[in-house]
Amino acid sequence: MMSSTFDTVANIIAETCDIPRDTIKPESHAIDDLGIDSLDFLDIAFAIDKAFGIKLPLEQWTQEVNDGKATTEQYFVLKNLCARIDGLVAAKGA
Amino acid sequence: MRIEYFQLIDRIVDLDLDARTIRVDAQVPDESTIFEGHFPGHPLMPGVLLIEAMAQTSGWLVIAATKFERMPFLAAVKAAKLRSFVIPGQLLSITAKLLHDGSGYAVTKAAVTVAGKATCDAELTLRVMPFPDPRLRQNMEEVAARIGFPSKALAHG
Repeated sequence: MMSSTFDTVANIIAETCDIPRDTIKPESHAIDDLGIDSLDFLDIAFAIDKAFGIKLPLEQWTQEVNDGKATTEQYFVLKNLCARIDGLVAAKGA
Repeated sequence: MRIEYFQLIDRIVDLDLDARTIRVDAQVPDESTIFEGHFPGHPLMPGVLLIEAMAQTSGWLVIAATKFERMPFLAAVKAAKLRSFVIPGQLLSITAKLLHDGSGYAVTKAAVTVAGKATCDAELTLRVMPFPDPRLRQNMEEVAARIGFPSKALAHG
């Protein structure tokens, strides 16, 4: 599950942001390592929402980071993002 | 259309939250200083204002969908096509459909027709956030009342 989620997300990022696919790793931080800004991330979120049939809770995540309750690594390192996507997909099917 | 104030929508004609669609009218004025410069002898409604009109139409749909709790701001314009000239005095019929209601953003497909003819269209991304200032919300409520935003119907919906 995890590897296919990562492949889907990495392909979305490569296509949306014109980033070479082979530079996108599970350990990559979308903002710090890949240089994706918030507007490009909206495009990525739209593609992820569509691909997985979910709604990434971006407002909640942003609030938690701004309040110091979470770090950006928890949401924007790709393996962590993919784990959260898997969680949202599982919750949808439950 | 209060074109110099960037208030481009005159009237909400139809709003269907089940279908996630909206249709509005926008009357291009016969005269405006904008047309004196754009262009002398060949006055045209600027394409960026047509895109803005589609963004405002989409915005009212998002405001309705969020029950006036969120304010949309234009963030991205994609696949914008300006298919024919719009001249002073023409009546625009503008439609928008909410393609995706994301967390903190929305994606719409909007289009303008003049006398039934496809005039322009685009896919728009809007950032959606709490009203950053109570004066903005108050102003939007005043505009809403003027253009026939169905506040009561939504409150009971």
